[in-house]
Amino acid sequence: MNGNISTLNAYDEATLRAFVLGCSAIGAGLAMIAGIGPGIGQGFAAGKGAEAVGRQPEARGTVVSTMLLGCAVAESTGIYGLVIALILLFANPLVGKINL
Amino acid sequence: MNEIDVYGIIHIFGQEIWITQTIVTTWVLMAILIIIAFLARLQLKKFSEKPSGVQNVIELVIESMDNFVISAMGEKYSYFANWFFGVFVFILISNLSGLLGFRPPTADYATTACLALSTFVLIHFMGILKQKGSYFKGYIEPIPIMLPMNIISEIATPISLSFRLFGNILGGSIIMGMVYSLPAIFRIAIPGVLHIYFDVFAGCIQTVIFVMLSMTFIKDKIGD
Repeated sequence: MNGNISTLNAYDEATLRAFVLGCSAIGAGLAMIAGIGPGIGQGFAAGKGAEAVGRQPEARGTVVSTMLLGCAVAESTGIYGLVIALILLFANPLVGKINL
Repeated sequence: MNEIDVYGIIHIFGQEIWITQTIVTTWVLMAILIIIAFLARLQLKKFSEKPSGVQNVIELVIESMDNFVISAMGEKYSYFANWFFGVFVFILISNLSGLLGFRPPTADYATTACLALSTFVLIHFMGILKQKGSYFKGYIEPIPIMLPMNIISEIATPISLSFRLFGNILGGSIIMGMVYSLPAIFRIAIPGVLHIYFDVFAGCIQTVIFVMLSMTFIKDKIGD
């Protein structure tokens, strides 16, 4: 950072702010790639649940509630990604780190 | 859509208390729930051996909650139904309040963090009450070097519990806000379908999951 201080001063703060905001938006988009994992996991759980109901239709209630519980746990990684994306988009923590 | 309105700031004992949209909505919903509970209490006097009318509805609701708790925690701990019924009804009505144009209180991290912290306190209170010495021994099992890992996993429980509810409801309300800001042609029937998914379906499922996971965690800590 110290070596580049003269080149950094060539830009005004608004440009830097816009750059950081743009990068935050890209980062938010990248964070939502975390949605792939829960998608695969929940699909797998739902498929196995359908299989289990097909094999034992009388155990439907237990199978469905166990499946929902598993889906909820699998979902939490996706939710963490969503929370990171929301923080990057709306709280903008990185903008405060600009110091000229 | 994602901003929380602040209506005023109260100074009390040198602390600032912010009157936010969440607090106002929570108090409105609490007032509605208390009035319903009060009316149900008045109906209690008219209860007879043979149920009819309102008594059917009240008995159905209470009995299904009792069965839900008993199926998750066992007959012995059916007294948890009193606490979890309150939590269940509050989360459900909060999630569904998005349909009436409120900002759901559960889309604010403060609300879900409080709910998850009460579960956290309940987990460890019941653990110490029921397991006594072996509660503390559980932290150094299977080997003492696992102590930091066990402590981290205990702290992660309320965090994941609260973020799950918060993320689902906030994500739904942000998507709804985006749909409402589309050109008029897209606002004809689409928001209705999306409301059914994001508010009714996701709201009900997340309520059930929050209560069910809380019960599972408490049951795990109590043991047997």
